[in-house]
Amino acid sequence: MRDSASGEPLIRVRDLRFRYEDGTAALDGVSFDLYPGETVAILGPNGSGKTTFVLHLNGLLRGDGEVIVCGLRLEKRNLEEIRRRVGLLFQDPDEQLFMPTVVEDVAFALLCRGVAPAEAEKKARAVLARVGLEGAATRPPYHLSAGEKRRATLAAVLAAEPDILVLDEPTTYLDPPAQRELLTLLASLPQAKIIVTHDTEFAEAIARRAVFFQRGRIIAEGSVAELRRLYGWTARPARGDTTAPEGAQPGSPR
Amino acid sequence: MHHVVLDEWNRRPGWLQKRDARAKLVVLLAYLVALATMPRLTPQAVIGFGALASAGVASGRLPALGVALRAGAVLPFALFFAAGVWLSGATGKAADLVVRSYLSAAAVLVVMGATPMPGLLRAMEWLGAPRFLVQVAHFLYRYLFVLSEQAQHMRLAALSRGLDRGGFRRSRSLWRAAGGALAVLFARSQARAEAIHRAMLARGYAGRLAELRNERMEAGDWVLVAAGLLLCAGVRTGLAYAG
Amino acid sequence: MHIPDGFLHPAVLTATGVLSASCVAVAARSARRGLEESRFALLGVMGAFVFAAQMVNFPLGLGTSSHLLGGVLLAVTLGLAPAVVVMTAILLVQALLFQDGGVLALGANVLNMGVAGIAAGYLPYAMWGRGRLRWFAVVLGCLLSVLTSGAMAIAELILSGVRIPVALLWTTAALLVASGLLEGLLTLAVLRALLVLRPGAVEAAYPHRGHVLLGMLAVLLAVGMVGVASEAPDVLESLAQRAGISERARALVAAPLAEYRLSWAPSSWWSQAAAGLAGVALLYGVGVLLRRAVVRRRSG
Repeated sequence: MRDSASGEPLIRVRDLRFRYEDGTAALDGVSFDLYPGETVAILGPNGSGKTTFVLHLNGLLRGDGEVIVCGLRLEKRNLEEIRRRVGLLFQDPDEQLFMPTVVEDVAFALLCRGVAPAEAEKKARAVLARVGLEGAATRPPYHLSAGEKRRATLAAVLAAEPDILVLDEPTTYLDPPAQRELLTLLASLPQAKIIVTHDTEFAEAIARRAVFFQRGRIIAEGSVAELRRLYGWTARPARGDTTAPEGAQPGSPR
Repeated sequence: MHHVVLDEWNRRPGWLQKRDARAKLVVLLAYLVALATMPRLTPQAVIGFGALASAGVASGRLPALGVALRAGAVLPFALFFAAGVWLSGATGKAADLVVRSYLSAAAVLVVMGATPMPGLLRAMEWLGAPRFLVQVAHFLYRYLFVLSEQAQHMRLAALSRGLDRGGFRRSRSLWRAAGGALAVLFARSQARAEAIHRAMLARGYAGRLAELRNERMEAGDWVLVAAGLLLCAGVRTGLAYAG
Repeated sequence: MHIPDGFLHPAVLTATGVLSASCVAVAARSARRGLEESRFALLGVMGAFVFAAQMVNFPLGLGTSSHLLGGVLLAVTLGLAPAVVVMTAILLVQALLFQDGGVLALGANVLNMGVAGIAAGYLPYAMWGRGRLRWFAVVLGCLLSVLTSGAMAIAELILSGVRIPVALLWTTAALLVASGLLEGLLTLAVLRALLVLRPGAVEAAYPHRGHVLLGMLAVLLAVGMVGVASEAPDVLESLAQRAGISERARALVAAPLAEYRLSWAPSSWWSQAAAGLAGVALLYGVGVLLRRAVVRRRSG
């Protein structure tokens, strides 16, 4: 199942539990491993705890249980290093492109780490070239197209040279060509990836392994195709879906 | 919309656009102070200050007509109070006020047309504006259009449900709808701010926003400062006592 | 009321500029200290919200409509000092981007709407915001806010020698009362809806007794300014003459102000230019120094 399942996992989560302030349990005992070089898709209904889970992976939320990232326990003193190792991409690009121009945004993480401005700018421009946005460096993010915004956020995360990429709904707002572009770009990156998505087609194209979240738990693990078949996890009626068995119930899994 | 036009002006290949924002801000302030401290606007003074503003328009390759029309944004206020002055019998003073405010607005517009907002805000910080305020203004500017778009969508949604029609009878429910819409927008803005905060933390933000650029003033910038200050002071002193 | 450039006397510009710069510096300090480290993201976004909110029109009948100003809404939801910072940022962007209010006049506009308007608007809420009179306090606050900032703007104009006929003055006053009440109703509509949607947002900021004091100071300032302005139309000139300080003022206080009168003979052009530049430098220097001094004292 794993691309190169060797040695220690990059991320090791054991029995993670988290409650929001209002008392609702968002995570109810999640255990998960991510190995170097692999790409895992996280599927599941809205509100099943997917986003809450990935927010734990670089310490934006802190629940009970064990979270170890690159051998570092999730603690306050490790936070800076963990946030450098884990690049987190949120669903809405506007919320993470907060600097006045694209290049400043890409350099943000470097400047926060104390890299000298000239060095940071050079590096930021190099990363922008990597995602095909060298021409947009000095433009304000507001003027970018949805696909360009997505690539800019990816560049902003890549600039910190993370070991792990965590993407929350990366295909939202993207048209099919932009989705394809993103797919090619992601496939060319060596990092281990976790991708939260509703888009099983996208997930299937990039991830060998998938986990299925429901009510704060991982209730199944397997290939994207298997999970899709198991839970009828597809947007269209099952008739057109060749992988779905006859009589499969689209929609809510039991 | 206005900011789209300014954006287009910002991208024009003019000499003024290439200048350091600090230089432009200093010259703008000198112009405004010179104009504000003129005892009385003589026709020569109007020509002098008008010529300075026109020089700015030319060096930024800005559309003269566009600047002239958009500077008219001050006219409603200016005309209202000038009308009062005029009614009090001081016709000369009334015209003076209108022309003065119009020329000032035109100058601000020229600088805004040639300078992107973030650069100008940085220049203000350099001039001594509190850093915290400048950062708030940065984020305000960044999310101004995002939220405006959101408000626009909500307005369209309301219109499509026919909320603009109906007479006085319905105004109570309309108010409630508008209040509700704003409350939703408020809550979404707060949620967005939280998400931005999270995104900053996720990328290693630890309390200090570092600057990428520490640009040097180039020769051209010094030329602008020197010429701008000299011309403003010259027009100011030369014309104040000419009449 | 956003005063454009060109209307205010240099002395008024200087005084309001220095005063508002100090107030905003203190507000920025306390807003930053009281809150989380990246709070400016929240304040900036809420400023953008006020801008965006102005696109939502409230119908008034007869085809007219109004929109939110937002000062009291910001104060009630964010607290006094953060609201002052946000409003200042809004006024700054309005002046630069939309030519709504002048750049030199920013000091006056910030003092009127960003500092005094918000402090006065918060006064009723600071007194009765936790009791049964809460909604009344919001409406009254909006009225007080609009009246305070409007009265100060009018006073500044009159002090600057902009004569306003009595009829126009009454019209303006009536307009201010109307728009103040309207702002109250708009703010109320939003706050009540918000209370249902996100109760925490309304109770986030707690007023204390110092806020009452600040609010009263703001109202007193407005009343005092109106009083002085109503005394004499060209009050700056007459004050200077009465005190006999005009001669020394020319030499000492501010070169731009001293030059303002045509009557005295011009000396050589270069000394005039030097005086003009010195005046500009002085204006700026006084502002920066005062700001630093106030900030240091408050933070020390």
